[in-house]
Amino acid sequence: MDDVLVVAEHRRGELRDVSHEAVTAGRALADARGGDLHVAVIAGDVERFAEDVNREGVDAIHTVEHGEEFDHNVYQAAIAAVLDRTDAGTVVIPNSVNGLDYAPAVAEAQGLPLVTDAIGIEYDDGLTVTREMYGSKVETTVDVTGDRFVLTVRGGEWAPAEGVGDAPVESVDVDIPESGARVTGFEEVGNGDVDIADADVLVSVGRGIEEEENIELVEELADALGATLSSSRPIVDNGWLPKNRQVGQSGKVVTPDVYIAVGISGAVQHVAGMKGSDTIVAINTDPNAPIFDIADYGIVGDLFDVVPELIDEFA
Amino acid sequence: MKVLVTVKEVAEAGDDFAIEGTDIAASDLEYDLNEWDDYAIEAAVQLAEAGIADEVVTVTIGPERTEETIRMALAKGADRAVRVWDDAFEDGFSDVAAKVSTFEAVVEDEDPDLILGGVQAADTGFGATGVALAERIGFEHAAVVNALDLDADAGVAHVHRELEGGVEELTDVDLPAVLTVQTGLNEPRYASLRGIRQAQRKEIAATDLSDLGLSADDVESALTITSMYEPESESDAELIEGDAGEAATRLAEVLREKGVGA
Repeated sequence: MDDVLVVAEHRRGELRDVSHEAVTAGRALADARGGDLHVAVIAGDVERFAEDVNREGVDAIHTVEHGEEFDHNVYQAAIAAVLDRTDAGTVVIPNSVNGLDYAPAVAEAQGLPLVTDAIGIEYDDGLTVTREMYGSKVETTVDVTGDRFVLTVRGGEWAPAEGVGDAPVESVDVDIPESGARVTGFEEVGNGDVDIADADVLVSVGRGIEEEENIELVEELADALGATLSSSRPIVDNGWLPKNRQVGQSGKVVTPDVYIAVGISGAVQHVAGMKGSDTIVAINTDPNAPIFDIADYGIVGDLFDVVPELIDEFA
Repeated sequence: MKVLVTVKEVAEAGDDFAIEGTDIAASDLEYDLNEWDDYAIEAAVQLAEAGIADEVVTVTIGPERTEETIRMALAKGADRAVRVWDDAFEDGFSDVAAKVSTFEAVVEDEDPDLILGGVQAADTGFGATGVALAERIGFEHAAVVNALDLDADAGVAHVHRELEGGVEELTDVDLPAVLTVQTGLNEPRYASLRGIRQAQRKEIAATDLSDLGLSADDVESALTITSMYEPESESDAELIEGDAGEAATRLAEVLREKGVGA
């Protein structure tokens, strides 16, 4: 049971990068345990995905053809079948929205401990996982009892597996139970009047703005700078700006020349959407805010003091 | 139908905090209703107001302290609450299976048609309890729901699941089901004064493991937190010093160099 199974993730015809990252994490685990690395490719164009995920370090690939898109019933049944026919006792799954729609059910069905959102792993007699708590303010190490487990790994924390592997690809027939959850389609969040992904300069506002009526202040700054206004998630959740202004994992990924984060702490979901910006400026009262880890320029200060002064500079 | 809402009181650390052993010092933590659960409560109360839900019951694993938070949920419109606590939870970190075992026993007592809960807890951030619970009790499920339209006659929840990158998946989920709720699903209400008064008279059933037919073994955790530390800052940002005026002047220089405002 020393083998490790990684589950690949794809959406709308594309294998997602986190699949290659999960292979790297899975390979490290398999090495530490002295086992093989298996990859499961489930639904969609399994042959093409299998070829793409067949990179150095992969020992065997199992494909399950059933439907085009993600369906957690299919994933759960397919993983159970692959675990049955291999010696894999441990499962590594991307910590994505879809990963969290089946990984807990797999752990529950297999009776295995579950650790989600891993940012680091060590294996020495047993698994130790590094993960964050308290909204990224601290990191913890978590020891797992037993030598089998289900682990979900955060995207962007492991280098993607590279090279060309020569793992055999085997198709697996799986009886899929009738599904009580049926995907009927997809919807993209519209751009509406503005596409923030096209902007060269973004002034982005977060929770630090406190009240809806204060949004005007950053609007004024954006106008003075000739910039486009964007925001972090809470601003959109509160209905203070429309969804098309949201930067982050569930919103838009932006790469402007200059990104000015005003009152944004820099949660990992937000950073995922803007870390590719050329120059990042952060204005925040909390010197420990993670936004300063990726900023090029920072002002530790109250936005209500700094922003009016900055508007004056450009008036 | 009956709706059960899983409600967690979460701990939040301020800007300055100390770590004692494997947790943040209790004196540096503040407790509040988990933000995601607030949206789940609102969704349940809206189902009651629409005449779809006959009863909204909350369930919390937490010590007596959490009753203040539970009263908030009751003030917002939940009908009654179950609070489970036991010495067995006092030490250590409960894993997903331990929580699921507890909720499973409550589900057996309450027999809900729909279970709502937040996608994740703000403090521990596991994001797993709802889906694992669904698997244990044989309910359908959907994770990260940001739109909900319930057709009670057909026994189907039409939901959107918020995927990454501005894409939503449209899914029909048969009841009974567990839905984990994303922020932004609705606009959680503030408790009214009348609601707060009424909440004082609503029942919070304090329950321990033996009341639920469970023992400490049933909630034994496979996970142990062995260390906690502040991550080393990787910042190589140029921190602009001075008062607001000086800082703004320096930042304006930087921005003009980058071609901003030209």
